[in-house]
Amino acid sequence: MAAVEHAAEHAPSANEYILHHLTFLSNKQAKGIVDFSVINWDSVFFSVVLAILFGGSFYIAARKAKITSGVPRGFQAFVELLVEFIDNSVKETFHGTTKLIAPLALTIFAWVFLFNSMDLLPVDLLPAVAHKVGVEHLKVVPSTDVNVTFALSLTVFVLIIYYSIKMKGLGGFVSEFTMQPFSSSNPVVKVLLIPANLILEIVPFIARPISLSLRLFGNLFAGEMIFLLLALLTLSGFGQLASVGGWLGVIAHVLLGLVWAIFHILVITLQAFIFMVLTVIYLAMAHEHH
Amino acid sequence: MENIANIQGMTVLAVGIIFGLGALGTAIGFGILGGRFLEGAARQPELTPMLQTKMFIVAALVDAVAMIGIGFALFFTFANPFLAAVSGGAG
Repeated sequence: MAAVEHAAEHAPSANEYILHHLTFLSNKQAKGIVDFSVINWDSVFFSVVLAILFGGSFYIAARKAKITSGVPRGFQAFVELLVEFIDNSVKETFHGTTKLIAPLALTIFAWVFLFNSMDLLPVDLLPAVAHKVGVEHLKVVPSTDVNVTFALSLTVFVLIIYYSIKMKGLGGFVSEFTMQPFSSSNPVVKVLLIPANLILEIVPFIARPISLSLRLFGNLFAGEMIFLLLALLTLSGFGQLASVGGWLGVIAHVLLGLVWAIFHILVITLQAFIFMVLTVIYLAMAHEHH
Repeated sequence: MENIANIQGMTVLAVGIIFGLGALGTAIGFGILGGRFLEGAARQPELTPMLQTKMFIVAALVDAVAMIGIGFALFFTFANPFLAAVSGGAG
């Protein structure tokens, strides 16, 4: 958890250090708030690596589950526990027949959990290794990238719309926005109420994917920021050990870092669980008929 | 120069307000949530595990907008877009 001095450079100032750690490894500078030609290579790399890690290990465990008989041990037992947990969670909320939902929930939970758990690595560990290889910036937690969290939530949004239309038909989908919550039997009044219904229905409909992604982003960004601010306590590297104040900084960093990391373990799991539960709830709502 | 100092001062105030109001709302919300959970668990102790799961779900929802606010507030602190607009990136 100690900060490593940048090799062959001056010790960075606090602001420089934080800004350096908040910069993505991207192909170009973003021009304005929304720039779709920017790719954050570090987020892409870690997302893909974690996906392969998750997919590969769970596939191997599933293979073993078919072959072995008797009590499962070790990693296979853990995988079976997790699958059973997700199965029970999904069964509580989702009462439809779509086979995609439970595997989707498992993927979202495990993948987001792996994203978030990258935050527990020491802040400078992987960036220092990358620096030796010549890579200037590296952000290792994909869920601190708004693009990643929005990618997840917009995919869920597309699935919500797809299943809404599939289960209720296009007419049913449109009537969900125009006939609720104010309804009437008089057709003229129905048409008059459409604008009010539209506003009252579209706002929560759009707010769901946005809040889903920003909730995850905000929690993880704040967690990472606190780790960075704690790292400022040992910014001068090993030279700090020469003075009493330096020693205090080191001890404070280790203790506070430990406390925050332990609390962060709860946040990590909770945010992954929440993302999964809300996805299942939204998809269940998309399936239900009125 | 004065413009930059003005924007920085205003941003600091804004960040403080975001953090403060978010913390206020979250604290009151969690207090009510936790209180109801304890009441429910005291009435029917056999329901405690189920209620606890639901409590965590609602807790994350209560937390959400405050966290979004914190995310934005930290963004304003370290990569202030208002500053960038005025001074072309100097900060």
